[in-house]
Amino acid sequence: MPKVTVDGQEIEVPDGATVLQACELAGKEIPRFCYHERLSIAGNCRMCLVEVKPGPPKPQASCALPATEGQEIRTDSEMVKKAREGVMEFLLINHPLDCPICDQGGECDLQDQSVAYGRGGSRYHENKRAVTEKYMGPLIKTVMTRCIHCTRCVRFSEEIAGVDEIGALYRGESMQITTYLEHAAKHEMSANVIDLCPVGALTSRPYAFEARPWELKKTLSIDVSDAIGANIRLDSRGREVLRALPRINDDVNEEWISDKARYQVDGLTRRRLDKVWIRKNGKLQAASWEEAFKKVAAVKPGNSIAAIAGDLLDCETMYAAKALLKAMGSDLLEGRQTGMDYDVSSLAAVNFNSTLAGIETADAILIVGSHVRWEAPLVNVRLRKAVKRGAKVFIVGPEWETTFPATFLGNDLSVLSQLPPEVLDAFAEAQSPAVILGGAALAKGALSAGLSLVERLGLVKENWNGFNVLHFSASRMGGLMLGYAQKGGMADIVGATPKVVLALGADEVDYTQFADSLKVYIGHHGDKGAHAADVILPAASYAEKDGTYVNTEGRVQFAEKAVFAPGDAREDWTILRALADAFGVSVGFDSFTQLQSAMIAEVPALGQEGLANYGVLPKAKATKLSGTIDAYPIRDFYLTNPVARASTVMQKCSAELLHGSELAEAAE
Amino acid sequence: MADRALAPDTPELRAAWGDFAFAPAWEEKAKAAIARYPAGRQKSAVMALLDYAQRQVGEATNTQGWLPIPVIEYVATYLDMPVIRVLEVATFYTMYNLAPVGRFHVQVCGTTPCMLRGSDDIFAVCAKRGMKRGHTTDDGMWTLTEVECMGSCATAPMVQINDGNYEDLTPERFEAVLDKLSAGELPKEGTQEPGRHTSEPSGGPTTLTAMVGENHDYRGEW
Repeated sequence: MPKVTVDGQEIEVPDGATVLQACELAGKEIPRFCYHERLSIAGNCRMCLVEVKPGPPKPQASCALPATEGQEIRTDSEMVKKAREGVMEFLLINHPLDCPICDQGGECDLQDQSVAYGRGGSRYHENKRAVTEKYMGPLIKTVMTRCIHCTRCVRFSEEIAGVDEIGALYRGESMQITTYLEHAAKHEMSANVIDLCPVGALTSRPYAFEARPWELKKTLSIDVSDAIGANIRLDSRGREVLRALPRINDDVNEEWISDKARYQVDGLTRRRLDKVWIRKNGKLQAASWEEAFKKVAAVKPGNSIAAIAGDLLDCETMYAAKALLKAMGSDLLEGRQTGMDYDVSSLAAVNFNSTLAGIETADAILIVGSHVRWEAPLVNVRLRKAVKRGAKVFIVGPEWETTFPATFLGNDLSVLSQLPPEVLDAFAEAQSPAVILGGAALAKGALSAGLSLVERLGLVKENWNGFNVLHFSASRMGGLMLGYAQKGGMADIVGATPKVVLALGADEVDYTQFADSLKVYIGHHGDKGAHAADVILPAASYAEKDGTYVNTEGRVQFAEKAVFAPGDAREDWTILRALADAFGVSVGFDSFTQLQSAMIAEVPALGQEGLANYGVLPKAKATKLSGTIDAYPIRDFYLTNPVARASTVMQKCSAELLHGSELAEAAE
Repeated sequence: MADRALAPDTPELRAAWGDFAFAPAWEEKAKAAIARYPAGRQKSAVMALLDYAQRQVGEATNTQGWLPIPVIEYVATYLDMPVIRVLEVATFYTMYNLAPVGRFHVQVCGTTPCMLRGSDDIFAVCAKRGMKRGHTTDDGMWTLTEVECMGSCATAPMVQINDGNYEDLTPERFEAVLDKLSAGELPKEGTQEPGRHTSEPSGGPTTLTAMVGENHDYRGEW
């Protein structure tokens, strides 16, 4: 723990800290462009110059200089001020003065720092450099003349994403950042380089010229595009969500989000259900709320009513539906739309127990039936980190393009009962061994076989539980906590032949199974569920309601309402409350607060933000597992939920990045 | 702005170079280059391999050679590294030609010492013969590039043509070199000044003069 003095203030810094980190610990702001906490140190922007004694009598780049015992660091001397001004002047030599037409304006590091640390004016009279634009795909817009060569994007794609596609060509003044032959950046996290870019060289293509940052209302929310529950910020203006940005949460998403989480928001204004529809003579016709409620109540379902939860639901909606069903005398609740029927008697057995942050410390990882890159891109980032630390990864299931070295063990699940010696060796040596079961494995009934690995591979140790189930529906863990699971899965609901089926944004269900039921779709997008419905009650999307979400590691998180739902659409719980009146039953809440407290009274864990405690892992039942994993449930990363399917950006990504069609561009 | 630019990735280019592979002689050299580094560090040999690839292209085209995109991709695959990383190396070093060059790649040094010693006259000779910076003459014989210091300042001005250095040039001496080259002869490499061998002081030694003919003990004179 070296002691250093920063501007006369003596502080102790952790071993291995850099001078820049020492200055930050002392509360000093060090301007920087190329340095980023989560990337390797490049030291090429020179903006972080400070004066360090002992050392050469010149300013030094603090980001790349280790803090050592007895250093005297000055960040406020005349030398430092002059050095910063000089560096800033050099950076601005070739930076265009186009802030008024630059999308980064208002949230630009270069702008802010040149105000804070630069000279007042320019002394440069020569021509500025101009660089041709580079095509980086449908998400990233480039204006490469603005690039200051910090290489954050290059380091991100190499280190975090694990897909070497961005590089710096040529040298010196001619240096240019580009993807290989200007191919589109093809991975699920590519748009994070937009946040990383300290200037306006890489900006968001779909958001181009939409708004200025100071016009936007910022709402803290939770991403629902997968089960990771990435912390996001929704920036909205008026009734429209214009963009989603990641928030920093080291336990969940660090500071990244997937491209889907970031760019599905334009789907929130498309294909929306904004009025009530009733199917008459086989055709959906617009109707009023009264007509719809009358039609539903006319069925007089009694206790023959079921609720199916969709993938994007918040816990409050699911609880409201549960309360309604309970008042009617039914408990036909199910959320696993595709018919999975794994045992949920212990939630610890279907939880990501090692936690998302914990998985990166694992040193032997067996993935069974999960295309992690598509099902949870943020977990894939963690896995890559684990591999960089020396972890060995084995995967059972069809091959997919990993971003780290991994061994595929084939599609046959019987390999779990007879693991190859290399796997056993790796796990025998491991301090923190982990198994990740994915949706494809759960669908094949591999849960108990997976649990049997706990003992055989020693997954549970003191302060370590390496048994993980990776879900990909944002509502899954919340639904399971609220009892949205039948013993036989969806088949039980079908078997009960309910008179009324409440489809709560459920778009993956095969509704032909419910031919004789009245299908009431309560959701926000005109997707598969709405097409099959008899009555459509327009509801709110995740951006349009407060709600509690539980991610795949059992982390309870709260999202806030960013905008109002369009047209006649209402928040889901109010619709369910009104349905209770239509059915003539009492659900015991009249406001969102009452609903929430009733929910928390029933499931106390939902009232506490943070990891829910699911107890210890159950003992495995002896089972013989056979069968093969032929395919993963996600066929198209960009089109997994109704919001994304409605989004033109996601459709474009799917067409261009996954299906290889040329992006139709107008001739310029 | 950039003088150097990648030759565009066209179907014709792919057709011409798509099936590039090291000839046995170059392959042997490539293997030797890779063997210089520990196992798993084969990427370190990227610069050598790019050079070999360029030379093999040169043999095929009877020039100094260049690096078409399919060849860069071949090297990347050969070394099991991302092609963008190879491209970064190839575009960084001016030794690698990114576009086809003529039979003779005339690289004239224009850095200060050569400039002071008359590199402008050398450029004038080139211009007289129809060479333009960054271009190949229509007959495919000459490509002119202005380069930065080649480390031959003591014998400035200098020109590098393919693998040979021609130093101590004057317009006449340079013309003679070019004439010989176009006549298919190999001019003498190195300094073109009569009586000078390498980079020793021009016009005879100025220090240790007593040592020229025989050994001389200077110690008594200190």
